[in-house]
Amino acid sequence: MKEKTKSIKVDYLARVEGEGGLHVKIKDGEVTDVKFNIFEPPRFFEAFLRGRMYTEAPDITARICGICPIAYQMSSVHAMENALGAKVDGQLRALRRLIYCGEWIESHALHVYMLHAPDFLGYEDAILMAKDHPEVVKQGLELKKIGNELVTLVGGREIHPINVKVGGFYKTPDKKDLKKFAKKLTWAQGAAHDMINFVSKLKFPDFAPKYEYVSLRHPDEYPFCEGRIVSNKGIDIAIEEYEQYFEEQHVRHSTSLHSSIKKRGAYSTGPMARYNLNFDKLYPVAQEAALKAGLKEKCDNPFKSIIVRSVETLQAIEDALKIIENYEQPEKPSVELTPKASRGCGCSEAPRGSLYHRYSLDDQGLILDAKIVPPTSQNQKIIESDLWKFVPKFMKLSHDELTWKCEQVIRNYDPCISCSCHFLKLTVERE
Amino acid sequence: MKQNGKAKLAVFKFASCDGCQLSILDCEDELLAVAGAVEIANFPEASRAVVKGPYQVSLVEGSITTPHDAERIHKIRRASKFLVTIGACATAGGIQALRNYKDVKQFTSAVYANPSYISTLQNSTPISDHVPVDYELRGCPVNKYQLVEVLNAYLNRRKPNISPHSVCMECKMRGTTCVMVAQGIPCLGPITHAGCGAICPSYNRGCYSCFGPKETCNTKALAKRFKVMGLQGHELVRLFRSFNAEADEFKKESVFHERED
Ligand code: SF4
Ligand code: SF4
Repeated sequence: MKEKTKSIKVDYLARVEGEGGLHVKIKDGEVTDVKFNIFEPPRFFEAFLRGRMYTEAPDITARICGICPIAYQMSSVHAMENALGAKVDGQLRALRRLIYCGEWIESHALHVYMLHAPDFLGYEDAILMAKDHPEVVKQGLELKKIGNELVTLVGGREIHPINVKVGGFYKTPDKKDLKKFAKKLTWAQGAAHDMINFVSKLKFPDFAPKYEYVSLRHPDEYPFCEGRIVSNKGIDIAIEEYEQYFEEQHVRHSTSLHSSIKKRGAYSTGPMARYNLNFDKLYPVAQEAALKAGLKEKCDNPFKSIIVRSVETLQAIEDALKIIENYEQPEKPSVELTPKASRGCGCSEAPRGSLYHRYSLDDQGLILDAKIVPPTSQNQKIIESDLWKFVPKFMKLSHDELTWKCEQVIRNYDPCISCSCHFLKLTVERE
Repeated sequence: MKQNGKAKLAVFKFASCDGCQLSILDCEDELLAVAGAVEIANFPEASRAVVKGPYQVSLVEGSITTPHDAERIHKIRRASKFLVTIGACATAGGIQALRNYKDVKQFTSAVYANPSYISTLQNSTPISDHVPVDYELRGCPVNKYQLVEVLNAYLNRRKPNISPHSVCMECKMRGTTCVMVAQGIPCLGPITHAGCGAICPSYNRGCYSCFGPKETCNTKALAKRFKVMGLQGHELVRLFRSFNAEADEFKKESVFHERED
């Protein structure tokens, strides 16, 4: 038999945030190499956070990513409060959930309508898709806008909000402004049901690898900022124990580190993991909508992450409505904090997955050391492992179709490449 | 340059958080109209489609931090009639310019398992350090309405109508009480370029200058005032050294206080 070597190359991945590429090698009908290549320039956040004041962390780390700044702000404020021994509770805690709901709605709507749905329907982008499906795209944009408006209402601005503070907020919103906004969320409820219905009718490749899923789990809520880190293969740890179980590696083809579970390897974080580990914590309407859309309580097909994202959008809208309904403006916008030599960590659920932060502070509150593990580093290994499994199954597709599908395998994870290239510290790597 | 009568628009990214180009997608109400008015020729964050240049307007986000990017920007300049930088990264080196005050090489070789895999420059620099720029839009992130205005202006061959005054003026216009005078909160508003609508003071916090220096700003006078308020040298260094650390005026001021400290 003659040797046949083919390769799939995508120099610049579109419709993801940041700069990445893909290289798959096939020899004699077998995949011999897969590289999800991240060439985003490193930005060294963990390095220059050293020597900055703990109060600056939410503003600075927000700049790691323009798509999920709230996730960075939430993980950092929780880590700082953990270090300084402060508890932010009651309405302030509820407001934090509320602003996070806004980010989930905005980010999920952006991903579902503008970045992901065009793949399923064969359009290069959402603008072309809008020519044939104007109502769908318009509704999607409206939903996204409502998410943005919610972030602005609590945070002052949609990208890099200015109102998030270690200890709470600089200013809390008026009850009447939130009540007024609830009307829009009521519209959004209907739109989210349409969204779920729309994505449930897409065509999904038959593909369902087995994963280890990792997400937060909270006793009473679908997870946002608090809880334990759990997996479907037995991990159940406090956030503080994260670094005992997870590690990062440096590989040549990526300026972003690869995370893995120590001695075990790849895992998946994000909507699929949250859904699989927390179905019981979804509101009944979200559970119902999910089942009606054809999902089971567990879902292993990463292409169906588009349905899961839509279900989570509904969940976030329901949650936001509930928070607004019970809102009373707190007396003080934040709790008092006293700097001390300390160490603390925080983890929250960014729309695309768990985001871990850890800081050490000196007695003045200056940052001595920072570690940040974004969701995209955590998902990189699983993305590559999906490609190893996907390509052999779909080899019969034409070159162009297979290339496009491989891109989609990556977009399933909504990778946020800028986020993953902030690093300073690297650990072992052997070839 | 025009195809089907439509001007070609391109968006390019360098070291950044993508927030400024996301501002384009955040123009939900205007997005489909903009897309109808121009040919989006290159915008990887939004589309797989790539159309070759030349482009009438290129929006450039992010700062230059690698040898490869230092070359790439020249190609983009050659392919673009108007080159507009969007945001603090592209206009003033961005938050990643904080590396400029440390030795990048040292932490690459000391801490990296495989420093040879990493290709990076010592400094993060604005686009205008490398090629001529037609317009610089400030902000971290840019204000999306200003972005639409700049786009509109270049597509219609006129100058963008962006006010050059300070955040202070915007406070007065929205009727916010001065946080520095009334509450003694240090605020960079007096020297910061307008554009955000003075958000921070309306939330009871001082401006931290995500829009960078306004034209002819008096950093010295403000620093003096901060000292009277009790701020120390190292605190001033941090104030001037954040999202626009490489902007000339702020750089000079931060270096001055660092020496003094
Ligand atoms: S200027 Fe700010 S918002 Fe814009 S790309 Fe840079 S870090 Fe992001
Ligand atoms: S830091 Fe200054 S320029 Fe930036 S949003 Fe706040 S007030 Fe506006």
